[in-house]
Amino acid sequence: MPSWIAVVILIALALLFTIGSFVGTMALKPRRKDPVKGEAYESGMPPIGDTRGRHNVRFYIVAMLFLIFDVELAFLYPWVVLYSNLDEQLFLFIEALVFIGILGVGYVYAWRKGALDWKN
Amino acid sequence: MDGWEWLIVAIKCVVILLIFLGAPLILVLVERWTLGRLQSRIGPNRVGWSGTLQTAADGLKLGIKEDLIPRGADKLVFWFGPVFLVVPALAAWAIVPVGPKVGLGRDIGLWAVDLNVGILFFLAMGSLGVYGVVMSGWSSNSKYAHFGALRASAQVISYELIMGLAVLAVILYAGSLSLIDIVEQQRGLWFIVPQFVGFLLFVIAGVAETNRVPFDLPEAESEIVAGFHVEYSGMRFAMFFIAEYANIILISAIITTLYLGGWLGWTIPGMEGLTGIVWFALKTVAFIAMFLLLRAALPRLRYDQLMSFCWKFLMPIGIINVLLAAGLRMAWS
Repeated sequence: MPSWIAVVILIALALLFTIGSFVGTMALKPRRKDPVKGEAYESGMPPIGDTRGRHNVRFYIVAMLFLIFDVELAFLYPWVVLYSNLDEQLFLFIEALVFIGILGVGYVYAWRKGALDWKN
Repeated sequence: MDGWEWLIVAIKCVVILLIFLGAPLILVLVERWTLGRLQSRIGPNRVGWSGTLQTAADGLKLGIKEDLIPRGADKLVFWFGPVFLVVPALAAWAIVPVGPKVGLGRDIGLWAVDLNVGILFFLAMGSLGVYGVVMSGWSSNSKYAHFGALRASAQVISYELIMGLAVLAVILYAGSLSLIDIVEQQRGLWFIVPQFVGFLLFVIAGVAETNRVPFDLPEAESEIVAGFHVEYSGMRFAMFFIAEYANIILISAIITTLYLGGWLGWTIPGMEGLTGIVWFALKTVAFIAMFLLLRAALPRLRYDQLMSFCWKFLMPIGIINVLLAAGLRMAWS
């Protein structure tokens, strides 16, 4: 599609600029290896333990909730465009009410189960 | 497409790139001056004429500093993390209309491309920006960066829903996803009037999406040092800055386009293009100023407050707002 060509050009320019500036400045930089410099910052102390361990399960729950609601949102976009351009608005409106109603039940369920609370 | 159209598109893209690189330089400086004044200090005043070259000097200095890669880091992902942050931030600019069509021999729209999925493209690029943050935070092998990336991803995806909901109501009124159509539909009445609630939702979500105060938990200095970019240095660190400030300008431009009538305003006949750009710039600068002043005025939220504010307060309001707008529109017609 010819209209997307500007997007492609911009992505190419961004890649060129970022990668170009990383590679282009390589020659200007000092490079002195040092075992202490290579350590991850941890308030000046030697790092303790591994970074990629377990973390709060809440982050996974947020990700799952996001999936559910984002799919819902993706369904509503075609609905909204049709709704503002078609004549049978009452039918479409009731349709959306049913759809959001079903979603609302899930939302209330998640709320009552405590999935939306960050604290335990 | 003939040769001239290719040339015009290429020129537009280069202009966008230049603005994309130049505006953050000015914005960082203005922010440091503003914050300095508001905190009873002077701010940068040495480099150049009373500090005007400060950010340019900083950028130059970052270019000649050593690039550290921490031991145990995933080198490839670490290297490309900032790239994934900058690319979507620049690509999203393709759809922003800064003015109406102008006739310079042929009709030239003051936008790079009029996509029929316009605003969806913006939301998609916003989602892609999270990848850069997660990639750089995860690959650093630093605990602060790790927590920053986790926080950023949870926060950005949550507030993206709010942004999507607010945009839904705008499309209800405009009947099109194309940003140029959305602006043209506001000739009678700017959408901020019928959609004031949606406007507030979008602004709040926009501040959260750009990780700015009061939603700057991913880089909360007092808790996790600098969050996802704590291990970065040199030119790669500069990319984070460019992306952050370019995103602020982008969000301000999109708010202007969706709710404040974009380039619309009083105009001199025959000069629509010029006055359009001036109006667009004025409205956008007003929102950028809001971002800067928020940083000086507000404290940071707590993380549980941030999440429950999104899921328990903004979410129901967003859904009810869409349904109300749909009902009102049906009652009208």
